Amino acid sequence: MRRILDTDTAFRWFCKAGAIVGLAVAIALVAVILKESMLALRTAGFSLVFSAEWNPADGSFGAAGALAGTAATTLLALLMAVPLAFAAALFVNAAPPNVAVPVAHALDLLAAIPSVIYGMWGLFVLCPLLQSVLSRFGIEYTGFGLVPSSLVLALMVLPYVSAVMRDVLAQTPVALVESAMGVGCTRWEATWDVVARSRKAGLLGAIMIGLGRALGETMAVLFVCGGVSAIPTGLLDGCTTIAATLANDFAEADGVHKSALFALGGILLAFEFAIQATTIPLIGRRSRK
Amino acid sequence: MNSRKITENILSVSTATLLITGVAVFGFGCNGKGRQKINGAGGSFPAPLYQSWCFDYSQDISHPKVNYQSVGSSAGISQIKAGTVDFAGTDAPLSEEDCEKSGLEQFHMVSGAVVPTVNLPSLAQSTFTLDGDTLADIYLGKIERWNDTRIAALNPGLTLPDLKITVVHRGDGSGTTHIFTTYLSSVSEAWKKDIGIGTLVKWPCGIAGQKNPGVCNNVSRIKGAIGYTEYTFALEAKLQIAFLAVDGKTVKPDEAAWPILGKTYILTRKDTPADKMSAMADFFSWCKQYGGDTARRLHYIPVSK
Repeated sequence: MRRILDTDTAFRWFCKAGAIVGLAVAIALVAVILKESMLALRTAGFSLVFSAEWNPADGSFGAAGALAGTAATTLLALLMAVPLAFAAALFVNAAPPNVAVPVAHALDLLAAIPSVIYGMWGLFVLCPLLQSVLSRFGIEYTGFGLVPSSLVLALMVLPYVSAVMRDVLAQTPVALVESAMGVGCTRWEATWDVVARSRKAGLLGAIMIGLGRALGETMAVLFVCGGVSAIPTGLLDGCTTIAATLANDFAEADGVHKSALFALGGILLAFEFAIQATTIPLIGRRSRK
Repeated sequence: MNSRKITENILSVSTATLLITGVAVFGFGCNGKGRQKINGAGGSFPAPLYQSWCFDYSQDISHPKVNYQSVGSSAGISQIKAGTVDFAGTDAPLSEEDCEKSGLEQFHMVSGAVVPTVNLPSLAQSTFTLDGDTLADIYLGKIERWNDTRIAALNPGLTLPDLKITVVHRGDGSGTTHIFTTYLSSVSEAWKKDIGIGTLVKWPCGIAGQKNPGVCNNVSRIKGAIGYTEYTFALEAKLQIAFLAVDGKTVKPDEAAWPILGKTYILTRKDTPADKMSAMADFFSWCKQYGGDTARRLHYIPVSK
């Protein structure tokens, strides 16, 4: 009797310790980022976010270009990935198992490829391909920038978005689909107007997961973005992202420069946190319905 | 967040640890009886030469055993400051105050050429020439096409392609960029005024590549691209090198008149024990005395004796 009590107590403390370590690390992380970015916040202030003048050599740290690049690449990537992911999820759920299972595995496999491999593929295959294809239409393009960055990102978020959508769609009550068909809906109407609508929150959650992944992706984008710190004005422009700027500059940075990078990391962390906070209730809701 | 940098950090920490252990084991274990060891680390640009010198020098077993690790100039500087290595190599010199403050001694070891590389398939077999002012204006974004009249004037007899110029520069902080921007500032008032000299500068146009291989890769993959790298990297990557017109005469990187030259430096600690100091002095004077041929073979320019 006594022995059982002891293991229980020990186990409870062990679990508590695990939870506390996780929380402590998160708090320490935020504290360090805040502390390290103070110098940049004091010297650069709002120009950190509103100015596009990024020049470590003369002490200007305006990251508007990197912020715009992050927003643009992420949005473009989602525009391409979400419809594909939705279609793939529908297919996997509707197809007979002997077709659906290999397709699902192949999709999941995409998620297992390290991001640096996507980056190398982008650099060695995608960029030269874009350049030569566009030159056939008389468009002179370097092959680097927004287009390859968002294409690579789209490929990378596709398996995540699709996997969550698959689960979300699988939760649709069969009766709902059958009733839709029963009242004479076409397949498209049953899918789009009934299933997708009833699963709206979960599908949105899936998109948010893709968003979170695309925002923070570093290596793959660094390879193909072109490292241009100005705000991109056209699709064919070079760009950079917050994560790529961090990876590129951190090794040599010190003083205000390093502090500005910490501040950028903080901004990224805040975005990711906000996404996380909105995603959890969205995906959680599906189980309650 | 960034696995490459993390791996690098882990690697450099473990390298440092290994070095410390190595120094400790050999320092105490051999107690003067075995061969003395000298450890160096730093810039990757002179690494092929230093490593080849170390090998040749250490062949003679009466000499101390010298090692040089290519970890990057900045990492070399922090290691010599921390005292984990006996000497460091750096491409961008430390300021006098910084040397004074950290108790370091700095001297010029070798020079190396930085070359503009181009990707112009139709001119691959021709001698293609630029001059300092044109090069600066290309990097300023003022000259945008390869068939610009100013480029044509430097290359009479060549049919220049009607192609957009894609400028490629280093994305990371680099001694090579320091050397290249020093040159551009010396030939172009506009460059000096608007951009200046630095290991990281605000490029008015173009796209970035990571390190020397990244720049070479981007240049070799983009038709109409121009980049700059250390001479040896350009040769290894088999890129076309643009020669430079100096006072109306076309100069190649092998020639003494080549204008884009960078010096690379050695840093040592003033508090190095006397026996080690004299061993290092012996190594460096050996390099200066006997290392010239190796240096020239690897396309470096040794300091005259």
